[in-house]
Amino acid sequence: MLYFSKLRITLVSLVTIFFIFIATSNFQDSENSFISKRINLGLDLLGGSYLLLEIDNEPVEIQKLQNTTTVIRNFLKNKKINFNDLRIQNKKIIFNVPKDTTELVKTFFLDKESEINPYYNQYKSHQFDVIIQGDEFILTLSKYGLIEIKTSSQDQALEIVRRRVDEVGTNEPNILKRGNNRILVELPGLDDPMRIKSLLGKTANLTFRFITQNNNETFGVETLQFEDGINEALVSKRIILNGENLLDAQPQMNNQTNETVVSFTLDRVGAKRFGKATSTGVGKQLAIVLDGKIVSAPVIRDTIASGNGQISGNFTFQSATDLALLLRSGALPAPLNIIEERTVGPDLGQDSINAGVIALMIGFLLVIIFMFFKYKMFGLIANITLLINLFFLVGILTLFEATLTLPGIAGIILTVGMAVDANVLIFERIKEECKNEKNNIIAFDTGYVKSKTAILDANITTLIAAIILFFMGSGPVKGFSVTLAVGIFTTLFSVYFIARMLTGLYVVRNKEKDKLI
Amino acid sequence: MINFNKFYKLFNLISLSLVIISILLLFFKGLNFGVDFKGGTLIELRANDKSINVTSLRQSFNRMNIGDFNVKKFGNENDFLIKIEKKDTSANAIEIIKKELTSSIGSFFNFRRVENVGPKVSAELLKSGVIAIALSLAAMLFYIWIRFEWQFSIGAILALFHDVIITLGLFSLLNLEINLSIVAAVLTIVGYSMNDTVVIYDRVRENLRKFSDIKIYELTNISINETLSRTIITSLTTLLALVSIYLFGGEILKGFSLAMIMGVVFGTYSSIYIANPILVKLRVSQKTILKEDTE
Repeated sequence: MLYFSKLRITLVSLVTIFFIFIATSNFQDSENSFISKRINLGLDLLGGSYLLLEIDNEPVEIQKLQNTTTVIRNFLKNKKINFNDLRIQNKKIIFNVPKDTTELVKTFFLDKESEINPYYNQYKSHQFDVIIQGDEFILTLSKYGLIEIKTSSQDQALEIVRRRVDEVGTNEPNILKRGNNRILVELPGLDDPMRIKSLLGKTANLTFRFITQNNNETFGVETLQFEDGINEALVSKRIILNGENLLDAQPQMNNQTNETVVSFTLDRVGAKRFGKATSTGVGKQLAIVLDGKIVSAPVIRDTIASGNGQISGNFTFQSATDLALLLRSGALPAPLNIIEERTVGPDLGQDSINAGVIALMIGFLLVIIFMFFKYKMFGLIANITLLINLFFLVGILTLFEATLTLPGIAGIILTVGMAVDANVLIFERIKEECKNEKNNIIAFDTGYVKSKTAILDANITTLIAAIILFFMGSGPVKGFSVTLAVGIFTTLFSVYFIARMLTGLYVVRNKEKDKLI
Repeated sequence: MINFNKFYKLFNLISLSLVIISILLLFFKGLNFGVDFKGGTLIELRANDKSINVTSLRQSFNRMNIGDFNVKKFGNENDFLIKIEKKDTSANAIEIIKKELTSSIGSFFNFRRVENVGPKVSAELLKSGVIAIALSLAAMLFYIWIRFEWQFSIGAILALFHDVIITLGLFSLLNLEINLSIVAAVLTIVGYSMNDTVVIYDRVRENLRKFSDIKIYELTNISINETLSRTIITSLTTLLALVSIYLFGGEILKGFSLAMIMGVVFGTYSSIYIANPILVKLRVSQKTILKEDTE
């Protein structure tokens, strides 16, 4: 019964050595260490910024409605249907058609092959829900139509955010989707996220449009403010160029005026359009509009056919650099709002690591001293098990390259306190059994068998709590649930494989001893 | 052998009144929610200049016109924690604060930690925290129901409620801040308290099978005594670990470890004085267990 085969002893020893090796590799230089894996430090320990951005999809929705309205207008014209009163009202597209054509128009919108109201096979839904009241058609974006809009603007925004963050050149940024309208940006080591925040806060929608005095332009006009917030100008809604036509943008010193400017290069299409506009518009003012504000409005003196140009404004070198960066990375599909920000400075992170390590060492010491005085030899075994357990725990976190946070360290310390529980349960049971059973080996075995259900139940309950926390918790708290859960498994393993073997070997040697424990 | 069962009534009365007081506290005084759950901005500052104190910081924040705020010392001599309640803090509010602070006090500050949580996010975090705690209670109830008889799961869940409510009540009484890590602590308390209860219940069940002639009132007492040294030792080692987190683990973990310490104390107490009397009340007997065995 109490026989441990050589093979088993060897295997357990090998596993232990392996984990000690892995766990300690975290503290060596990465070049010297045997494996390249190590525990990642969370932002709360490493220092850095955590930004949660929410995409404001309202403008995208409105844009979609406007585009669809245009599509419907052209489509119905082509089909020679006399629609009237086509309008957008409360995010609904509404129009009327003659009574005798309603059935026909209905098929245009509700056919699965519909050109103007795409059908999503995977959702079994159209882009727009259609309500027909008599001869009036009312279109609203369907649930899935909205989801489509959101996910596509999230995809685009993610790409743009990534480009902008990469351009700033921070250390291994982590950019992830959250839900269908949020983006999470983690910037390790960054202690002042001000610049990134201001870069991500701009949509960077660039357009080149003529300034006009004429209120009756075909495309319409609007009054826009200059960047200074004081002056205004009437600007045509006709867009000559937009940011998509830019190939490159760079900050530059203009040697003649000693001014910082942003010089840009246009792609082929852009250069052609720019050339045409500048040749017909000599003498006119060209407004460079960024996010609804006029940056500058130079007077066109000459045709610019090269596709190169400059934007001047009251730039400092920093603001010119940022504008160039924004133009290079492209416009966001919709504005982003920072809805959560957490920044930890590097020295606080280091302080937290130090405090955590000290608390761990003291907690560990207190527990092993207590256990030794309480159980003597068995206490020593429990302590060795506890130490190996810690190596297992750190080793597994390393193998999975888990992220260690401050609450995660607390989880490790808590594991130290709770891990001895299983051994205590077993030892106490053996003690009880020894009262009636003179044979030490049988008492030992019964102790293990009888304590099993209690140990299992007790650990499963803690595991349930840890799992729920993992799925419901966020950020650093997640790290706590990870160490707690992994700690439960390593505890059970070390108790049943290591402590059992060590106590077994001890009991076999002292089977005649009167007071075993 | 200690006669725990003699005091069942007395401690049940005490527990009941503590729970009622806690509920009243939660209801009328409420909890002191941190920025995680209430939204707003939290700044941890370290001043280079030793002459700076809470009063001078309060004055300069007053001038900034940023609505309700709260300044307090945080651990070290020169460390301060500032909480600003304003919910619609714009993205560059922190930059403005940085500038204003340097210009009004003229000393350099190290912004060690900045947390800015919008109202939408804080509402979501609160919701998921409440769901997590409710879910964990439900999961425990379900687990015990599967492993034991329903009488046991009622006893265990009442013990859990008792621990969670009194811990939260104490947080309300002492005006301690509730943040994300407190939710983690509460969930761990749920796990720990359950763990403690299960060990005693396991013994109760075992003894029920063994002795058909001992009444549950006596039987619970025997079981408590048999598992008592384990209960004490495990609570002690866990408390040793928690106290070292509380004392040495840094300012950020203080609330978390304090909640856990309370939870472990209540959890240990409730697995003796809540979980067991319920079994007596529900007249658990050998029959209850045998039915389960034959099924």
